[in-house]
Amino acid sequence: MWAEWGQFLLALAVAVAGLQALFGLVGAARHRLAWMVAARRAAVAQMVLLLTAFATLIGRFLASDFSVALVAKNSSTLTPWYYQITATWGNHEGSMLMWALALSGWTAAVAWRSDSLTEAMRARVVGILGAVSTGFLLFLTLTSNPFARLVPAPGQGRDLNPLLQDPGMIIHPPLLYMGYVGTAVVFAFALAALITGRMDAAWSRWARPWGLAAWVFLTLGIMVGSWWAYYELGWGGWWFWDPVENASFIPWLVLTAFIHSIIVTEKRGAFRAWTVLLAIAAFSLSLLGTFLVRSGVITSVHAFASDPARGLFILGLLAVTVGVSLLLFAWRAPMLAGGGAFAWFARETTLLINNILMSVAAAAILLGTVYPLLLDALRLGKLSVGEPYFVAVFVPLMTPAVLFMAIAPFLRWKQDEWSRLARRIVGDLAVTMGAAVLLLWWLDHLTLRAWLGMWLTLWVAVGSFRLLAERLGNRMEGQSAIERLVRIPGSWWGMWLAHLGVGAFIMGATLLGAFEARLDVKMAPGQTAELSGYLFRFLGVQEVPGPNYTAMRGTVEVRQGDRLVAVLTPEKRSYHFSAMLMTEAAVATTLWRDLYVSLGDRVDGDEWVVMLFYKPMVLFLWLGPLLMAIAGVTAALDRRYRRTQAAAMPTVALAARG
Amino acid sequence: MTPRQKRFVLIVVALLLLAAAVGLILSAFRDNLVFFITPSDIVQGKAHAGQRVRIGGLVQTGSVVRGSDGITVTFRITDTAHQVLVRYRGALPDLFAENQGAVAEGVLLPDGSVEATKVLAKHDETYMPPEAADAVNQAQRAQKSLKE
Repeated sequence: MWAEWGQFLLALAVAVAGLQALFGLVGAARHRLAWMVAARRAAVAQMVLLLTAFATLIGRFLASDFSVALVAKNSSTLTPWYYQITATWGNHEGSMLMWALALSGWTAAVAWRSDSLTEAMRARVVGILGAVSTGFLLFLTLTSNPFARLVPAPGQGRDLNPLLQDPGMIIHPPLLYMGYVGTAVVFAFALAALITGRMDAAWSRWARPWGLAAWVFLTLGIMVGSWWAYYELGWGGWWFWDPVENASFIPWLVLTAFIHSIIVTEKRGAFRAWTVLLAIAAFSLSLLGTFLVRSGVITSVHAFASDPARGLFILGLLAVTVGVSLLLFAWRAPMLAGGGAFAWFARETTLLINNILMSVAAAAILLGTVYPLLLDALRLGKLSVGEPYFVAVFVPLMTPAVLFMAIAPFLRWKQDEWSRLARRIVGDLAVTMGAAVLLLWWLDHLTLRAWLGMWLTLWVAVGSFRLLAERLGNRMEGQSAIERLVRIPGSWWGMWLAHLGVGAFIMGATLLGAFEARLDVKMAPGQTAELSGYLFRFLGVQEVPGPNYTAMRGTVEVRQGDRLVAVLTPEKRSYHFSAMLMTEAAVATTLWRDLYVSLGDRVDGDEWVVMLFYKPMVLFLWLGPLLMAIAGVTAALDRRYRRTQAAAMPTVALAARG
Repeated sequence: MTPRQKRFVLIVVALLLLAAAVGLILSAFRDNLVFFITPSDIVQGKAHAGQRVRIGGLVQTGSVVRGSDGITVTFRITDTAHQVLVRYRGALPDLFAENQGAVAEGVLLPDGSVEATKVLAKHDETYMPPEAADAVNQAQRAQKSLKE
């Protein structure tokens, strides 16, 4: 009964989404205020419907209702209740419902929490999002019904994939989906600009916080995913250039380019067509990511099922989205063109460089990700693109990007002078280059890659603090430093913190790469092994029962000199319903290093293969992105973006053309 | 310079940078392609020694031998027609087992064995890595066509 109720809610949501698109777009074109308001109401109704449907589905999981196929396949009565809830989105159908729910959540937020927009602009954005939602909900109901029944109902379910029974799994998908789907909002803003042919500073101020919000979620989602892979997969890697990771990283790069490009559009009226194109690309690449991950063309923990109909449907949605928006772009973009005069030596140029590098990096990763799949689909051979490719491409492209990242804020808009810039940065550049050499020489690890990373880290740090000092130092008289500090706008702090976050991340990645150590060793109880100054003593393995598994739990004591630093208990779990062994690594974290131990195979008797890792500075790999996310929130909350329309833009004509 | 000339210089510089980036990407791309081959391909000499390859198939029953250090493992990957010896140092994935699909990535040695740096098995018990399934299917098709 409940399952049919859920299905009914989904069908209703399709209809409401269709009406939302119709009322929004037609209402805005014909200046019908009542229609526009109706579109907004539809957006909220859609969210309520999907939220209820999602809650219904969670209810079925908690009730262990195995007459619903999805529950039978992904849960069991022995699964702990919190993993019964996460099992709701630990599968294809449920995660797609979450995708749709996230979209309706974003839409409702635009409909009701953006008072600064004109009614027509808002109606168009809501209408476009309604159209996207209609397509997606059709996909859900036609090919991936989460409420499908299983007859006869089995007495016990098959449990959730053990890899996904992990706290990281609770938050990773919601964050990532909010990020993916958030790109739909900037996409809708971009299409609305194309339809009306108007794209002024007010438009940029409206769209920018939404772009930032999506970027924050995407950043956090990728970060949590990387963290999960690090401790869950049991071999200490944190980024694998795996197609599924790339699928989320490509839109992130494009969205990063977008939130920079839109600044130039706001301040200087330039790069308009480019900003629109980036918004379209970000959403299209998010859809492509969904296609790659969900169609089963990639084998991974994310590819729950391979059903060609689903892949084709998403590919169709992607084709329609890209086709319609590029046609609209080709037709309307010339109307947007015509930015201000462009001078060479100004902040605009550095932002342009950022945009080019981010886009080229995204394209290069896309090539490495899609080429093997394309070749395979065309039956031209099977191959894969090795990890070294991504590193070889990404590092040289990002090096100048980071270099310019710390230079850009020193430059003025429109026109600046070399002498004014050189006075402030040349000294720092030279000093940081030298300091990086000295530091690495002292640490006894002077390699080109480590030097590059350390130099960029120091450069970002020194540059950032010089920037802050200048900001507090050379202002008008009559203000104390505290007053000046308080007056710095949120968007400036956002820039400053995000750039520092990039620096922190680079430092972590560099030092980790330079000093991490790994030892795979056969150990009997009582034996010791030394790694990077730590003494690991293996105390043996015991059998320990868990809620839905039995674990072989090893105990490893770690000492540094005489001091006991950590007692680690890595496990090998065998889950009752899947006959599948799972390695559960044990990690002892401090700010400066992780000690990481995981169990390999049992050799014979009491002897086990044990993998020992020393991972310096690994925490900075997540702290950096966390700082970026905080920065994004700070910038999005900048008061200037929430000024009322009267102050921001006195008259925005309702364009009748669209 | 007039604005027109400025714009021209800008476009030329941008194009040069873009060309450099594309050059970098394509050369890195060519150097890092790893071809997927089957044990039959190796026996038939379709790959040369020193080449980086991915090889897929089933782990031959009874072929998994652990070295005296407990870490080095050798096993044979078979596509049911031919088999190839693989040496690997390190911990094997959780779902690695005899008579199950596996993929090994590494360097092909002159004696026709593979020194693997990565071994992949399936992610859950319901399916084989597609590459392993492919190798077996290909070999079985080849055998069938020989018999006919």
